[in-house]
Amino acid sequence: MSEHFDLSKMIFGRLSWEAIPYHEPILIFTFIGVILGGIVVVGALSYFKLWGPLWRNWITSIDHKKIGIMYMILGLVMFVRGFADALMMRGQQALSFGDNMGYLPPHHYDQVFTAHGVIMIFFFAMPIVTGLMNYIVPLQIGARDVSFPFLNNFSFWMTASGAALVMVSLFVGEFAKTGWLAYPPLSGIMQSPDVGVDYYIWALQIAGVGTLLSGVNLIVTIIKMRAPGMTMMKMPVFTWTALCTNILIVAAFPILTAVLAMLSCDRYLDTNFFTSDLGGSAMLYVNLIWIWGHPEVYILVLPVFGIFSEVVATFCKKRLFGYTSMVYATVVITILSYIVWLHHFFTMGAGASVNSFFGISTMIISIPTGAKLFNWLFTMYHGRIRFELPMVWTVGFMVTFVIGGMTGVMLAVPAADFVLHNSLFLIAHFHNVIIGGVVFGAFAAINYWFPKAFGFKLDYKWGLASFWFWFVGFWVAFTPLYVLGFMGVTRRMSHFDDPSLQIWFQIAAVGGLLVALGIACFFIQIGVSFMNRKKLADVTGDPWDGRTLEWSTSSPPPDYNFAFTPVVHEQDAWFDMKKNGFKRPTEGFIAIHMPKNTGAGFILAMISAAIGFALIWHMWLPVIVCFAALIAAVIIHTFNYNRDYHIPADEVVAVENERTRLLSSHV
Amino acid sequence: MSNHNHDAHAHHGDHDHHEDDTPHGSLYDYVVGFVLSVILTAIPFWLVMGKVIDDKTVLSLILLGIGAVQIVVHMVYFLHMSPKSQGGWNLMALIFTLVLVVITMAGSMWVMYHLHSNMMPMPVNMNSMP
Repeated sequence: MSEHFDLSKMIFGRLSWEAIPYHEPILIFTFIGVILGGIVVVGALSYFKLWGPLWRNWITSIDHKKIGIMYMILGLVMFVRGFADALMMRGQQALSFGDNMGYLPPHHYDQVFTAHGVIMIFFFAMPIVTGLMNYIVPLQIGARDVSFPFLNNFSFWMTASGAALVMVSLFVGEFAKTGWLAYPPLSGIMQSPDVGVDYYIWALQIAGVGTLLSGVNLIVTIIKMRAPGMTMMKMPVFTWTALCTNILIVAAFPILTAVLAMLSCDRYLDTNFFTSDLGGSAMLYVNLIWIWGHPEVYILVLPVFGIFSEVVATFCKKRLFGYTSMVYATVVITILSYIVWLHHFFTMGAGASVNSFFGISTMIISIPTGAKLFNWLFTMYHGRIRFELPMVWTVGFMVTFVIGGMTGVMLAVPAADFVLHNSLFLIAHFHNVIIGGVVFGAFAAINYWFPKAFGFKLDYKWGLASFWFWFVGFWVAFTPLYVLGFMGVTRRMSHFDDPSLQIWFQIAAVGGLLVALGIACFFIQIGVSFMNRKKLADVTGDPWDGRTLEWSTSSPPPDYNFAFTPVVHEQDAWFDMKKNGFKRPTEGFIAIHMPKNTGAGFILAMISAAIGFALIWHMWLPVIVCFAALIAAVIIHTFNYNRDYHIPADEVVAVENERTRLLSSHV
Repeated sequence: MSNHNHDAHAHHGDHDHHEDDTPHGSLYDYVVGFVLSVILTAIPFWLVMGKVIDDKTVLSLILLGIGAVQIVVHMVYFLHMSPKSQGGWNLMALIFTLVLVVITMAGSMWVMYHLHSNMMPMPVNMNSMP
């Protein structure tokens, strides 16, 4: 009898029916919704016989363009989830005053704010940024794919597996209640004996593998695969920022991996890295995780600076003002981002000497950022500005981001930080820079490059509506938080006693609803544009009169991106080619050597997700089995020599002739 | 090796994915590297086993120094690192890595030393606080 009990323990670990939160009506209704939605999707895929194409053309695809699109879709799906968390928090805080306890119990509320942070940073912002880099960088440097196409597919599916684990935590067990960085001792085994922190650890570890590998991949791509003639100082600014971002990823993410590994040792193996026993220190965790955490901020925002640089130059019809200073500012930020981490914990007690060093270094890092802003402004100055949607988002960014940056410099003053630390002022500050920077940048990029990816422009009216709801909604939602921060209200509260604060939270909730309308308009915009895709079609491949190489191919680009590798003579290579009367070659095409799709990345990532799930629930037998399967799958993949093929010259000719026909029909 | 031209690469590069820019080193290089690393291993071994130096601090500093030289020998002769390899990217990556590792380690030690002496409840001599 006891033997049988042990076996089931080995297989199921801590998992039991009690892990399903059927006593929480909110979760149950969500679950039913997800199940119904899932049935509809599965049914539709089966009905239209789309499983085969989905597997062949997308899941196993190693085309950087398709992987980029899949990253964007993952990011947008997770964005909806993260935003739902945000609305729940806004609702709870607007209601929960005095006798009214709101509708979320504290332990649920704590999971919501943790999930919101984790999802928005790791599973919204990172996939969006990585997806954009994946899609755009090879096109901008005139390459046919990234350096390691299979690795790219694997990276994507690892990120998706991490996201899936976070989503599973909604319905099986629970998520961490520790805040998005899971500081010990709260995240230690004594204070958090349940599975929440384990979900957090393994989701991030698995996604982290993907992020790190895609960082390596893009660095090698940018260094090794640039078109002939494209020296470093002729690279488009977005590619430059992508390079610096990926260098930051490769340098910073191992630190996160190590910190989380030590935390999991503390939780699984009774080590004492971050406890107070045996010489451990919880403060070391805070120190180490911010050595990763601060570069992470720049990992997100640098590519966005690149996007704005491209957008401003294109829509002002001018070469970017101060290209060289822009590149140097980016590089300087890359280095400086490593010596400011302590400003996240001035109040932990490092003392005056340490705090003043990091306070000053933080203020210094605002200088290159400021230089970038002036570069954009000077590009606009005397430019022929076209207020297309990407430009609208860019101007909205400049206004919003500057204010976020200034509150950041306020927080960089250690003495001021002692008052503002952990208050809603801080929350308002970093939302101001992340929404004003990364989110606005993501929308600018989507509006800018959508025609390249799908062959039709996005609808202007709904896009403009989306922008204004976002812009106004953002300020209505976060200005009250600045005010509350000055009043000393701290973050992560699920209940307040002082009724005089309630009005501010109600205003903030209205702002949240406005943002929700902005998001709705965005999805309507995509739907409307899809319906009108004939009218909005872009046959030229260059709808905005662009300046960089991605606009020289068709929209959407053919599988091989460029029939002939372009030769670069100038910055803004495509603009230079147009100016010098470039003629698109219409004959002499040869077969093109391409990498072949493979399901190995998907399989490896799914097994990794299974290992993660088994580790979370202490299911040791499945852990061992899955690990063996993982090793076996890797070995089997190494024996797959059938990895490349040639697109025959006839096919290239057919695709290019079709393009010639489209181009002449347009003129 | 580095004056390799792009057209040649396009013709033969399709089927062998060998990286052509990497210098592979001659037999001479490998022998020199091997001899140097043997010498650099033998000296510390002799220093420790023969109990040549009594002062522990001096001894460990010397051992660390020889270890550092050993690392450089390995990088130059076995990993073929030089300012020219991979068009200078190797050296740049190395310097960047070293800078970051130094920042991370030295910074953490500096920060943790202060945090520890300011914040940890322990029997400390209050006069020694920074």
